[in-house]
Amino acid sequence: MLTEKKQILSKGFDTYLIVIYVLLVIIGWFTIYSSSYDANDSFSLFNTDKAYSRQFIWILVSMALAVVLLLIDGRIYQNYAQYIYYACVLLIVSVLFFGTEISGAKAWIKIGSFSIQPIEFAKFATALMLAKFFCEGKTTSEKKNIWLFSFIIILVPAAIAILQKDTGSALVFFSFIILFYREGMNENVVLFGASLILVFVLTICLNELYTIAIITVGFIVAWIINRNQKKKIIRNILVYVLLIGFVFAVNFAYNSILQSHQRQRIDTILGQSIDPKGADFNLNQSKIAIGSGGFFGKGYLNGTQTKLNFVPEQSTDFIFCGIGEEWGFVGSLVIIALFMALIIRIIILSERHRNVFTRIYGYGVASIIFFHLLINIGMTIGLVPVIGIPLPYISYGGSSILGFTILLFVFIKLNDA
Amino acid sequence: MSSLYQQRKNVIILVMIVFMAVYIIRLFYLQVIDDSYKDDAMRNALREVIVHPPRGLIYDRNDSLLVFNEAAYDLMVVPKELHDFDTVDLCNTLDITKEELLKRLDKARKYSPLLPSVFEQQMSKEDYGYLQEKLYKFPGFFVQNRTLRSYPSAIAAHILGYVGEINDAQLKKDSYYQMGDYIGISGIEKSYEEELRGVKGRRMVLVDVHSRVQGSYKNGEEDIVARQGSNLWCTIDAQLQKYGEKLMANKRGSIVAIEPSTGEILCIVSTPSYDPNLLVGKQRSKNYTALLHDSVNVPLFNRALKAIYPPGSTFKLANGLIAQQEKVLNRNTIYNCGGGYRIGSHVIGCHHSGPTDLIAAVRSSCNTYFCRAFYNTVSNCRTIQEGYQIWKNHINQLGFGQCFNTDLPYESKGIIPSVEYFNRKYNGSWNGNTIVSMGIGQGEVCSTPLQMANLLAIIANRGYYYKPHVVKAIGSKNNPNRRYAQKIDAGINSEYFEPIIEGMKLAITSGTARAAAIEGIEMVGKTGTAQNPHGNDHSVFACFGPADNPQIAVFVLVENAGWGGTVAAPIASLIVEYYINREIKRTEVEKRILELSIK
Repeated sequence: MLTEKKQILSKGFDTYLIVIYVLLVIIGWFTIYSSSYDANDSFSLFNTDKAYSRQFIWILVSMALAVVLLLIDGRIYQNYAQYIYYACVLLIVSVLFFGTEISGAKAWIKIGSFSIQPIEFAKFATALMLAKFFCEGKTTSEKKNIWLFSFIIILVPAAIAILQKDTGSALVFFSFIILFYREGMNENVVLFGASLILVFVLTICLNELYTIAIITVGFIVAWIINRNQKKKIIRNILVYVLLIGFVFAVNFAYNSILQSHQRQRIDTILGQSIDPKGADFNLNQSKIAIGSGGFFGKGYLNGTQTKLNFVPEQSTDFIFCGIGEEWGFVGSLVIIALFMALIIRIIILSERHRNVFTRIYGYGVASIIFFHLLINIGMTIGLVPVIGIPLPYISYGGSSILGFTILLFVFIKLNDA
Repeated sequence: MSSLYQQRKNVIILVMIVFMAVYIIRLFYLQVIDDSYKDDAMRNALREVIVHPPRGLIYDRNDSLLVFNEAAYDLMVVPKELHDFDTVDLCNTLDITKEELLKRLDKARKYSPLLPSVFEQQMSKEDYGYLQEKLYKFPGFFVQNRTLRSYPSAIAAHILGYVGEINDAQLKKDSYYQMGDYIGISGIEKSYEEELRGVKGRRMVLVDVHSRVQGSYKNGEEDIVARQGSNLWCTIDAQLQKYGEKLMANKRGSIVAIEPSTGEILCIVSTPSYDPNLLVGKQRSKNYTALLHDSVNVPLFNRALKAIYPPGSTFKLANGLIAQQEKVLNRNTIYNCGGGYRIGSHVIGCHHSGPTDLIAAVRSSCNTYFCRAFYNTVSNCRTIQEGYQIWKNHINQLGFGQCFNTDLPYESKGIIPSVEYFNRKYNGSWNGNTIVSMGIGQGEVCSTPLQMANLLAIIANRGYYYKPHVVKAIGSKNNPNRRYAQKIDAGINSEYFEPIIEGMKLAITSGTARAAAIEGIEMVGKTGTAQNPHGNDHSVFACFGPADNPQIAVFVLVENAGWGGTVAAPIASLIVEYYINREIKRTEVEKRILELSIK
């Protein structure tokens, strides 16, 4: 009887994904427990004053939800994708009016003693919406406008997130570019995007005149090399003008729009700030925590930097510090390996799948998880700016773990169909 | 088409893997290759708290406590750990100005940004309690327990010395110390610094980002327990010392009492003195400056060791010994005293007259006799230079013209001029008569009270001495201080002491020193008058007792008190009486001395 039931649940469901998910969630809980560990306190799983017991409740809820998601008929997602999306957009808009502000971002809704961050669910909804749009848009041959509309789909929640002052979450929506690329977006567009990033960095690190000079030299060199091919000259000039315009836009935005702490964060990551106690204090502490872990780490519950609050946000955005400090290079490697296994497994399963909706949704899931991984770990080791987004399944936070559980288990369910 | 997508899938996976590979390389660099983060982490979370051991206690020879420790609290600062804090609040709490605060932080930063420096010294318990509640607001600051010296009976200030904050020069010399540490600056505190200071301990504690202590590191495995400094037992007899200081109140001068059989100093008084408790704690530097600038009393000046006086008649004892040793005279040699010693037209006067032998000369302190004895001693060779050099060697052997270099601080050598000095002074043409006043303890010769007391110890011992010192035992009373246990020969045969001692006994019973007679104790003594060109002569008395079993040798000098028999002799005899009998029967003598005030 019991084995029979087990069979129904796991029949066709991808065991690899489920195992990796469970491992990540368990590692996450133990890391949160460690970061809030105090030898003098008594251990209690159901004392909601403690971060680890709250997270334990969220994990139970998430796992229950995962089982429910596996039991629900998978077809509803394709059928109702747009409604789920609209509902989520409405929800995040309502946060603008009824939300609670926590650490600078008005992105939360308070329900009792728990706070919900609806934007976490909007990521899932947007992935669904894009999947539906791509798989149905292609059949209606609106090829010309397909990229325009798909950008609108991601821009709406991103814009609302910016209005909530939640820049990190807004950026997450741009991770769908990976999905766009897979679905045939011109690689020149992706390259153009990459050069925009380069120009952005150069403008802030050097100054606008040097950047313009570098761009100009670059284009002249490219023109000399390719001077026999005349056909794309107009387009290249246009790109050139756009890039120069972008330099001025960045310069203006940096000096006039960004707030000083944001400016400082960007400066710090680009190596522009040398004040050790200033903006890069947190980043420095984060690097010290990870760097002091060594090869095998200091051992579980023995981290000093995380335990003594030197690292900011150590159970949420900077949770990787706890892993790096207590489990060392080995632990860091295991985490990255688990995530990469998860992401690549999703991509492989998506490619294998006959259903286009499932494939595109799968790419959406992989894109979001990868982007979080890239930004979250990158910021703790000082390779990307400090942007506050959680490490999926590991960071403390109910909305985060619920959102990512839904994201993954909907894919597992769809993949099974 | 599908091959394009297949290719793009691979590009996506490849790019992801490349990104993660970069991260892994970066992590490998941070965690495995670059060790600086480990140091940073230690610096972040680990604070080395120096545990200052209490200094050793100091007892007198009879186990009564002379110096102990009291708790105090120092506010420390680690400049690198400072964050923004409310300077006004801190200034108000400590009652200092903002300029002072900035100055102190600057000083601490100059010393070391990473090591703790003392920011505010020796807070009282109340101030500490008040500050402790607010300490979390001032990251980078913490409080360290200290101990301060305390002197229950406030005696022997000069000998015990004092401790104070280490200065930059000392700091550079010895790496044991850190800025703000205390070190013995004078007296026993200085000469036994290494024994008294103990061994610093260290506690490794974890602090959080706000510099609040969160507990010990590795359960204290790496802590080092502080070891209290060794206790010392002085040779000083606290009661005798106290009594001596009482007798010398309102007078200037000093008392030095030595146990002849060991060289142990039983009491050493120098007045005017000061209360050693003044040179402790926050008020130390203020009080020190006040004492230093008291040019009338000069209380910091230890007369017993540093003041040099013409020794006066007590010096005749030394000359009597040397003359016998050089066979210039013996106990039966008689010189006729015609009321003075004549050098051409100049006469060194004498209070008595008639034929005088050595014993009688000592008894009545005959100037004529000792001038002749000295003249004959230095003129006993081919040249005056040779003769004087022989005399000088003897007088050096008797402890004059040199330091003992024991545990006593800052001795003066006194003055015994060299042959070259006289050659220069008299252009090479001088003879025994030129310098004959040295025979009666005047002229160029100068000595310290300590040297004179030592001479008495030599006489009491009949020919040898132990270097005078003040520490009897270190660590435990059963562990005697062996540094000064070497018996030193004074270069005079023991039989030559008998006529001298005989004369000194007679001086007490029927001579110049009758004021020093004590019932029941056979005293041996010699008066003196140290000539003072600046005012009244100094009253001098040297004695020991009992004659056949000397337990104490005393030298007393009272400035400007005139003839030795009037003031110095009663004081010295009261010291002997008190030391041997532990009570004073001659209460009128005591009363007179206590009431006597000499400015």
